[in-house]
Amino acid sequence: MTAVEHRPANPAATSADRPIGFGRIQRKEDPRFVRGKGRYVDDIVLPGMLHGAILRSPVAHARLVSVDTTEALAHPKVHAVITGRDLEGLNLAWAPTLSADVQAVLATDKVRFQGQEVAFVVAEDRYAARDALELIDVEYEELPPVIDARRALDPGAPVIRDDLAGRTDNHVFDWEAGDAAETDAVFAAAEVVVAQEVVYPRVHPAPMETCGALADYDPVDGTLTLYETTQAPHAHRTLFAMVAGIPEHKIRVISPDIGGGFGNKVGIYPGYILAVVGSIVTGRPVKWMEDRSENLMSTSFARDYIMRGEIAATREGRILAVRTHVLADHGAFNATAQPTKYPAGFFSIFTGSYDLQAAHCAVTGVYTNKAPGGVAYACSFRVTEAVYLVERMVDVLAAELGMDPAELRLRNFIRPEQFPYRNKTGWEYDSGDYEPAMRKALEMAGYDELRREQAEKRARGELMGIGVSFFTETVGAGPRKHMDILGLGMNDGAEVRVHPTGKAVVRLSVQTQGQGHETTFAQILAEELGIPPEDIDVVHGDTDRTPFGLGTYGSRSTPVSGGAVALAARKVRDKARAIAAAMLETRPEDLEWEKGRWYVQGDPSAGRTIAEIALGAHGTVALPEGVDGNLDAEVTYDPPNLTFPFGAYVCVVDVDRGTGKVRVRRFVAVDDCGTRINPMIIEGQVHGGLADGVGMALMEFIGFDEQGNCLGGSFMDYLIPTAMEVPDWETGHTVTPSPHHPIGAKGIGESATVGSPPAVVNAVVDALAPLGVRHMDMPCTPARVWAAMQGRATPPI
Amino acid sequence: MQVPAPFEYARATSVADALELLERHGPEARVLAGGHSLLPMMKLRLARPDWLIDLGDLAELRHLIRDGDWLRVGALTTHADLLASAQVGRLLPIVHDAERVIADPVVRNRGTIGGSLGQADPAEDLSTVCDVLRARVVITGRAGERVIGMEEFHRGPYETACEQHELITEVRFPVRPRSGSAYEKVERRVGDWAVAAAGAALVLADDGTIADASIGLTALGLSGLATDAAAVLLGTHPSEEVFAEAGRLAAAASSPVEDQRGPVDYKRHLAEELTRRVLRSAAERAGAGALTAVQGG
Ligand SMILES: Cc1cc2nc3c(=O)[nH]c(=O)nc-3n(C[C@H](O)[C@H](O)[C@H](O)COP(=O)(O)OP(=O)(O)OC[C@H]3O[C@@H](n4cnc5c(N)ncnc54)[C@H](O)[C@@H]3O)c2cc1C
Repeated sequence: MTAVEHRPANPAATSADRPIGFGRIQRKEDPRFVRGKGRYVDDIVLPGMLHGAILRSPVAHARLVSVDTTEALAHPKVHAVITGRDLEGLNLAWAPTLSADVQAVLATDKVRFQGQEVAFVVAEDRYAARDALELIDVEYEELPPVIDARRALDPGAPVIRDDLAGRTDNHVFDWEAGDAAETDAVFAAAEVVVAQEVVYPRVHPAPMETCGALADYDPVDGTLTLYETTQAPHAHRTLFAMVAGIPEHKIRVISPDIGGGFGNKVGIYPGYILAVVGSIVTGRPVKWMEDRSENLMSTSFARDYIMRGEIAATREGRILAVRTHVLADHGAFNATAQPTKYPAGFFSIFTGSYDLQAAHCAVTGVYTNKAPGGVAYACSFRVTEAVYLVERMVDVLAAELGMDPAELRLRNFIRPEQFPYRNKTGWEYDSGDYEPAMRKALEMAGYDELRREQAEKRARGELMGIGVSFFTETVGAGPRKHMDILGLGMNDGAEVRVHPTGKAVVRLSVQTQGQGHETTFAQILAEELGIPPEDIDVVHGDTDRTPFGLGTYGSRSTPVSGGAVALAARKVRDKARAIAAAMLETRPEDLEWEKGRWYVQGDPSAGRTIAEIALGAHGTVALPEGVDGNLDAEVTYDPPNLTFPFGAYVCVVDVDRGTGKVRVRRFVAVDDCGTRINPMIIEGQVHGGLADGVGMALMEFIGFDEQGNCLGGSFMDYLIPTAMEVPDWETGHTVTPSPHHPIGAKGIGESATVGSPPAVVNAVVDALAPLGVRHMDMPCTPARVWAAMQGRATPPI
Repeated sequence: MQVPAPFEYARATSVADALELLERHGPEARVLAGGHSLLPMMKLRLARPDWLIDLGDLAELRHLIRDGDWLRVGALTTHADLLASAQVGRLLPIVHDAERVIADPVVRNRGTIGGSLGQADPAEDLSTVCDVLRARVVITGRAGERVIGMEEFHRGPYETACEQHELITEVRFPVRPRSGSAYEKVERRVGDWAVAAAGAALVLADDGTIADASIGLTALGLSGLATDAAAVLLGTHPSEEVFAEAGRLAAAASSPVEDQRGPVDYKRHLAEELTRRVLRSAAERAGAGALTAVQGG
């Protein structure tokens, strides 16, 4: 336990005794959101603004024979119609993806997925732009599509990426981690080996705000102001400079309020580039805002991993090794956002929370005629898939051994004294204490009592299931020597200024999409400097006003930018000490810090507050040698390692035997994200993630028919959970700080999304166990559960 | 934002005015009630009326009146109005069963019974409810009014006896003593359209035997009532055995198609399972005593 645990619990937040630092306070940003005063990209209106709309391919795979725009151009309200041919002339028809592939901005040779961008209309208003799309005449010559990833590498499969020189197949990459020979040897000698194919189907982040951009190019001075729905404004600016050839200092990217990201707003979509081209061509600001179907059909999906897992153990339940082969469907362009050296992201964390003798994974990525993407949805760079695999495999093993799944986990955890723990695929887990978290979750759930209730219900023929999962994430990418995206090191900056009156501003390179940065980061600064959070302004989402950094995704804001803020604050504190010493006419070494104030050792009444020091710094105090007249500091933080949040989840479900309908009755989540900055925000992040997880486990799924038609293109077809599908969340926590992070925080943004799907699916499978079911794949819809009950469970893809 | 194709808009001031506007603006005019079926289709450009005739101001079509052995419901009565009416809940419990699982409160606040019947979507719940209750529909045209049964009203998916230049103005439900009714739906998520649903109404004779029965299915490819299934109930005492038999016959009468909501065998299974369930609660609500228990769903 650390000092953090002993901080007094702070009551919520409206009274005068609000914590100055960590604790439960209401979110500073919420007044504008609850009053409808948020300002999103689509709220921004510029004088003379035009509207863009994208014509999209109705078919999954076809040669583009011709695109006739004559009639559309004749529409009285249309200002421009842009085609792939036009972009070719500007050398902009193809743009680099975040994974060193290229993606068509507008199709030139072929269309490669249903919904691909074919032409762009710029018109007076959104209605006219949409009307004019119907006036464009496109001739397609249809080609056989590749839809089933399992068939993508068949000899003779149609080659999707014939734009890439020398391509004769649909192979994207092979990647492996761990020691194959060592793992095979452990498997060969093991008493028990179980295998299971586990599919994590394609889902979508579906943020409430869809993606869009408003580009304003000034032809006189050559500056581009670009309002964008982006989680990574600085990275976007740099990439725009590289792609569009506009000098970086002439580009300003503004990411205003963002209505949810979940990874959906990491990449640069063709629509963003087209808004810029539209503005350059027409000389007027151009807004493009996609609709719901465009968002679901064409922007970054998540998952789509077909995983064949194997687990080896002793009869007594000692887990020895895990190995897996993964087929990864990347869609038509490889547009995932992974650090360069990690084409399958951090999937190699699939060893989970267990002390294994060996582990190995091999991942094969393939192209199919589906929308590109793969970064998205609280993905933690494929940690979600990894955790799902291992947590399902442990349950399959428990069933094979006839052991209680909670007990099996407890027996195999990495023990506290083994940290920092190096796993078999090369990660160094920074800290962990798994058993107390697990025991706490079981106790909160009343696990033994639930098992008794289940036994009674089973005797009556009723189906009740209890699912357990325990996850370890690897988040907070990352150390620049290992991790970059397109050559940009995965570091983030923070800039702190204390104004003369003691109020402060902190400028961040990361960008909130709802996570509460304006509160959390103010609290970090408050904790370090003793300035009340309400006196601290948090600036983010504007490249002109913030330092460089890679942005918010993969639970990296607190691990990376949080570290930067703490270190910048400490620089300010050190500087304040020197100035306070000058003001008190003593030596810096003779001063002691208490939150918000430096005072003379042995004479607590002689001291200066941060506000007094700030005034002194900007005033007339004779400054010591080498100290300049401000209280400002700037840090770009290069984390020494990733952080490893963990948690224990228990889910209870009831299944209607006659209809297959699953009801999630209870959900207990015990999370350990290290130091807890604002418990209320942590709980909010956990609640949201759990709802995500229940959604994926029970209903979310983007399917395709054999022709490649997307079957999840609206909220009538792509179901996301509502308040009615989720129970009251029961949350708890333990605190195991990260030893290497400046404030010991590990990140919480994705924990619940990662940890909850296996708990729900494990519960459903547990409910069906009396019928002989050992596995079923998500989504556990009534029809699919009923099929599993008949012994006919099928993968969704 | 999904945007519809261009259209013109007029707001009717009375039923007569609405009928006149329909005639004046020709075959590409459509009436707008709650808009929760029509507007989504327009935004997807699956519907492209030239004119929208908005019925929103026609208070004369928003009523719930007990009239002897009938309950008369104005076409503009919303889902929420029906759900809020204790009288409807008492007399026609199937309506409340169905309304609780139609869409969500936002849709229920605007969607109307007239629009539901007018839309005639095969997965639409109130059509089944009206079938089962043997409701009669009042259709008004420039020439006057006609009152027809559901079997005549319904002409197939998205097709009804209400012509383009006419209005559905009222739905009339018979109120019958010693009757009970129920509806049950399986949905993938609250607010989703039915994977499958079933409704039933029973009338008991003085001796406790079943004097009248009707069974309807939603999203299961059955048009009208499952008459064979209902026929086996007549004259029998409510029992698990006879309900199981009716369930089997209802399943046999269904002809579901596979879609994202489920395969054929599952849907057929639901036809049987849900028919049994709704017969049980309908019997209970009609005042039948405890049924002989039989193992199963
Ligand atoms: C998200 C969502 C979920 C839904 N889920 C369900 C569900 O689970 N079950 C279900 O049953 N329904 C569901 N609905 C449909 C809902 O019940 C609609 O409100 C209803 O189908 C149509 O009623 P409306 O008043 O909105 O009709 P409108 O959309 O206004 O009209 C529908 C059609 O009927 C015609 N029409 C309307 N009124 C009249 C009239 N008086 N005379 C003649 N023609 C008329 C219109 O011209 C149009 O063709 C859902 C809708 C949405 C948006």
